Amino acid sequence: MSEAGAIALIFESGQEGRANRYFEQGKPLENFLPRQLLRDELPLPDNSELDVVRHFTRLSQRTFGIDLGFYPLGSCTMKYNPRVNDAIATRPEFAELHPYTPDDLAQGALAVMYELERSLSSLFGMAAFSLNPSAGAHAELGALLIAKKYFKERGETSRDKVIVPDTAHGTNPASAAMCGFKVISMPSNERGRVSVAEIRKVVGADTAVCMMTNPNTLGLFEEEIAAIAAVVHEAGGLMYYDGANANAIMGYTRPGDMGFDLMHLNTHKTFTIPHGGGGAGHGPLGVAAHLVDYLPTPVVVREESNFHLDFDRPKSIGPLRSFWSNFAHAVRALAYLYANGSEGLKRVSQLAVLNANYLRVKIAEFLETPYPEICRHEFVASAQRLKKQNGVRALDLAKALLDYGYMAPTMYFPLLVPECLMIEPTETESKETLDAFAEALAKIVQRAHTDPQALFDAPVTTVVGRVDETRAARQPDLRWRP
Amino acid sequence: MASLEDLLFSKEHEWVRVDGESATIGITDYAQNALGDIVYVELPKVGTTIAQFANVGVIESVKAVSDLFTPISGEVIEVNGALESDPAAVNREPYGTGWLLKLRPTNPDETKSLLSSAEYEKIAAD
Repeated sequence: MSEAGAIALIFESGQEGRANRYFEQGKPLENFLPRQLLRDELPLPDNSELDVVRHFTRLSQRTFGIDLGFYPLGSCTMKYNPRVNDAIATRPEFAELHPYTPDDLAQGALAVMYELERSLSSLFGMAAFSLNPSAGAHAELGALLIAKKYFKERGETSRDKVIVPDTAHGTNPASAAMCGFKVISMPSNERGRVSVAEIRKVVGADTAVCMMTNPNTLGLFEEEIAAIAAVVHEAGGLMYYDGANANAIMGYTRPGDMGFDLMHLNTHKTFTIPHGGGGAGHGPLGVAAHLVDYLPTPVVVREESNFHLDFDRPKSIGPLRSFWSNFAHAVRALAYLYANGSEGLKRVSQLAVLNANYLRVKIAEFLETPYPEICRHEFVASAQRLKKQNGVRALDLAKALLDYGYMAPTMYFPLLVPECLMIEPTETESKETLDAFAEALAKIVQRAHTDPQALFDAPVTTVVGRVDETRAARQPDLRWRP
Repeated sequence: MASLEDLLFSKEHEWVRVDGESATIGITDYAQNALGDIVYVELPKVGTTIAQFANVGVIESVKAVSDLFTPISGEVIEVNGALESDPAAVNREPYGTGWLLKLRPTNPDETKSLLSSAEYEKIAAD
């Protein structure tokens, strides 16, 4: 690339012999590493340390994240991540702890895991949590493996169906299929909820698990959840709670009380851990009392004032991750829990719901909102009318928002809403930010009527303009080659 | 391209044209428009027997991955191999070169449960 402002690829810059070679003089690598692990050739670019620092600093200046602006990506809960959590997690007592440290020398770290596990269990009404999975979908997989093992031990191997409503979180059907279950998709009613009548139609002796998100991906609370859980339980199935939207319910209601047997949380969403760039996540997996024995190993247990890691759990599905998963995230999540306390967490959910409703009412003035009622922490809008009138799609609105310095909302999900924009402002945004965002979107919608071509061309102020997503999907070219 | 009047439609937005021992199946113009740019089509193997309204494959667009259903039952006798290198044909000509598969129908009565072009238009217009 030679355009003005373009950044050369690190592989295309540098000169032979320019890199710092710390190991060349007097300390051959053979002194540190076994010979068979060494390669003769390593095709890495030859850059000086200064070149590398400049390269990555430039890249960091061109990314967008919550630290730069509003990020209303529905169901992803992109809230502010307090710096104090990082300060605590990166303390050398935590950050430099070796994963093979014996239990009696890692009591502080084990206490953190134990405290977090107990706090989550109490906050969400579960008997126990495993901190092992490193993402929400990872925990879903673990939960379905638990269900599979549970039914196998009960001799109920004909239970091969997993029910997923069209308002559930998008990863649910994929996790079920990965585990070898048949996915039964269930439509929501005209109010965007699962009805008891509908669940009765699909539940049967072959039902293994019903996976629900509550509030669902339309941002609506499933009021009939207890009756739905009763129908599934009556048929012998298990209820799974997807915790993607847990930011809406803390201190108000608990999945355990709604009748769920299994659940996951995304501590990187609800408990403020930086995410969004595909970075390390953390997905604690919670279970009701009858499933505790199946949790992944190891489990942190307390004996009087001592903590240790218990690997001796014969019914366990085994470890889902090496070592102690993303332990630093457990530290961040616990720091956030302690900083807020139970009243503070309740306030978090309260403000998340208030912000979503404030924005929903503002946006309803110029875009369709297909479910016009009080929502929880997020809501959906639709560009269906604009598409019919001017050919402007949700995609074009989303791209135009980038020119105003905002991250685009989640698009085209849930699938049941055509030309969907799914907006989650979170509790950490001010009224001024919400007003400015609504105003920007109003201007864009206005432009859609007067000059739709401008929106088809957007974004024009970003480093990379409109990308050809279709070509990228049809002819994926993901690897740099010399 | 066939006249729309010769086609029968399912509520799942597929069309079928029965021509004696061969029935050609595709998705409707409404469906391709709602899906957006199609990037991949997964079709069943020739010789597979499929029941009416059963899942026969997958259509992937830039927006979403959707299941494909068959409006009638039968044995797969041909699939549109050209879609492998040119899935965009489904967007360009959903009733022509963008056809998906051909079946040998096993139950001619099933077509009675399908919709006429005019009946389908009403559903798609909603």
